[in-house]
Amino acid sequence: MKKVITGDHSVAYGAKLARAEVVAAYPITPQTLIVEHIAEFVSDGEMDAKFMPMESEHSVMSATIAAQAAGARTFTATASQGLAFMHEMLYVAAPLRLPIVMVNVNRTIAYPVGIWCEYNDSMAERDSGWLQVYIENNQEALDMVIQGYMIAEDRRVLLPVMPCMDGFVLSHTVEPVELPAQEDVDVFLPGYEPVYSLDPDNPAVAGSFMPPEYIMEMRRQTMDAVEASKKVIPEVGKKFASRFGRDYGGLVEEIGTEGADVVLMTMGTVTSTAREVIAEFRGRVGLVKLRFYRPFPSDEIRDLGSRFRAIGVFDRSLSYTGGGPVFEEVKAALYGYSDIPVINHLAGLGGRDVTAQEIRKMCELTLRAADGERVSRVNWHATRGVPV
Amino acid sequence: MTAMRDLPDENLFVMGHTACPGCGVAISIRNALRILGKNTVVYVPASCGVVFSATYPHAAMKVPFLHTAFENTGACISGLKAAYEKKGKNVNVVGFAGDGGTYDIGLQSVSGAAERNEDVIYICLDNEAYMNTGIQRSGSTPFGAWTTTTPVGKLTRGKREFKKDLPEIMAAHDIPYLATLSVAHPADFIRKVEKAKTISGFRFLHMLTPCVPGWKIDQAKSIEILKLAVDTGMWTLYEFEYGERKVTYRPGKMRFVKDYLMMQGRFRHMSDEDIKRMQGWVCRKWGQHYGEKGSPEVCPVELPAEHHAITEDHRGMHGP
Ligand SMILES: Cc1ncc(C[n+]2csc(CCOP(=O)(O)OP(=O)(O)O)c2C)c(N)n1
Ligand code: SF4
Ligand SMILES: [Mg+2]
Repeated sequence: MKKVITGDHSVAYGAKLARAEVVAAYPITPQTLIVEHIAEFVSDGEMDAKFMPMESEHSVMSATIAAQAAGARTFTATASQGLAFMHEMLYVAAPLRLPIVMVNVNRTIAYPVGIWCEYNDSMAERDSGWLQVYIENNQEALDMVIQGYMIAEDRRVLLPVMPCMDGFVLSHTVEPVELPAQEDVDVFLPGYEPVYSLDPDNPAVAGSFMPPEYIMEMRRQTMDAVEASKKVIPEVGKKFASRFGRDYGGLVEEIGTEGADVVLMTMGTVTSTAREVIAEFRGRVGLVKLRFYRPFPSDEIRDLGSRFRAIGVFDRSLSYTGGGPVFEEVKAALYGYSDIPVINHLAGLGGRDVTAQEIRKMCELTLRAADGERVSRVNWHATRGVPV
Repeated sequence: MTAMRDLPDENLFVMGHTACPGCGVAISIRNALRILGKNTVVYVPASCGVVFSATYPHAAMKVPFLHTAFENTGACISGLKAAYEKKGKNVNVVGFAGDGGTYDIGLQSVSGAAERNEDVIYICLDNEAYMNTGIQRSGSTPFGAWTTTTPVGKLTRGKREFKKDLPEIMAAHDIPYLATLSVAHPADFIRKVEKAKTISGFRFLHMLTPCVPGWKIDQAKSIEILKLAVDTGMWTLYEFEYGERKVTYRPGKMRFVKDYLMMQGRFRHMSDEDIKRMQGWVCRKWGQHYGEKGSPEVCPVELPAEHHAITEDHRGMHGP
């Protein structure tokens, strides 16, 4: 069934179709509609879940962790300040190997206070052990909630998954979305079978106080699980594609890269505009949609380094290293493998529109760098007082 | 009601835990679990309780045990209960939180859980300071007490503020059941934990739990000190059941608070003036709880009823 709905509504349908059993939540713009729609589904008896309207995001993540540890499939959603408020608890979920799915609707972190899209909320949580996937449209939002559980609950992974979705550009914008049939989703995603859970018939401790004799091994196990997800993510994508007919690729998606001189790497909704813009360059510029930021697709990026003469990297967040976090990590991945120019394109911070004009400029600068011209390594697009 | 001797011998909080000998928290947990039984799941926030009962690779509780952070007991027990409810499992979900984790950093979380009337038992183990981090003051630390952040120095001597009245805050949430307890009063203790077990909705059990190094007491004296806490009015045993307030144990004779204070190193530096202020505060609380003034010998008419709101600074500004 096709419906014309907002990204937030689409996410709520995703949680419902995935049969999340416990949903704790706290409202924050632009995530609010997700919570409201789920509250309505539950109140109308359309969704068989326990809805918990908590008194803060810290409590949301705490209750979610506890419910998941007790064996329930959980879902929640937040944004920005809410995600920051959860920070402490995010670090608990991954090493406890709890396959929670939480959507983050990207919104700038104060200060300056703003409610529009920037990635400095979710990217600040990159070291928490959560897998992060960035979403391009409302259909992908729904699909990645469902795939998120498949990835998270895979026994080789058992990690929480955070689909990240551009605030307003998707959350409050309607698009046609194909809602899969419940029967099909049930076949694709069976009920949650925890590997362990807190059960009085089989008492165990979750969350011990841990001396240094054991923490290194625990970190390593979590690292191995993140690595294992690199295999599981494309597998789940393929399985999903064969059932539902929509294939988003693996950790990255390549668009028109064959025969290109350079590639531009984008994330989220900017990718959609870039799909149009690269056509103007008659095959010289390919597009790479960075889907997963965790696990970071280092192998795929090294492969790009060997195939193209320059990489342009779009960042919607700043690391205060001079450039953005994706730029820094792309360079780190290429280190020792390739010395092609990597050009950072900062744009859309605080939710500023990223228009075709800026993307065109990103392509041009990346091409000029490939041609040996001295191009600034970090470029602030459409920023007053900063010439590009 | 079960008598102490009829409680199951099998402990669910077992030997091998690493609490100090005489720890009021450990004794209270052990006895509460004997009453709650095996069909119980426990959450413990950051506190002495998590270190002494769940340091990897050991476990001192024979019931499922979760720990995640410090300020979230109300939320974690809510989440646990939600999952069991969804699975159709009837389990006692219990949080064992310290005073720091309840009065201060966890107040929002416990208030949220109480307001939502979550079907859980919240037990506050009140040793009147942050013991796990080395005896810092909390909102529960009594007036005059030495802690590492209320030192006995040249200008100030111990904590200058009075203890926050947490049970009254919890009672204001109109929860089905609230009780104050002490393991030194076992019949009352058993009756209250048993009652909490049978009622559904949010239940708040508040236990006063002496701490050997934190109170600077003899490890063999925790029970005696608890008794004295009740006899002086520093602790009152009462309950709220669906809004009905009832004192459940009334000491035969009110004792001077000084007797309680002088048994504990944390109070021993207190000046006569400070002891008098403390006595005035206790007399006021006694009046509130028992509905009549304390004995004229302990609470003479000239003793000013000490109010928390009147701090030294305010006195300076507004006169006595
Ligand atoms: C957010 C956060 N702040 C501070 C701490 C450090 N901390 C751990 S336990 C504790 C004090 C616990 O005091 P209380 O709740 O009274 O329990 P007790 O150890 O006294 O039984 C503190 C401050 C922490 N773990 N988390
Ligand atoms: S420090 Fe105090 S609360 Fe902690 S274990 Fe020792 S006696 Fe118990
Ligand atoms: Mg304490």
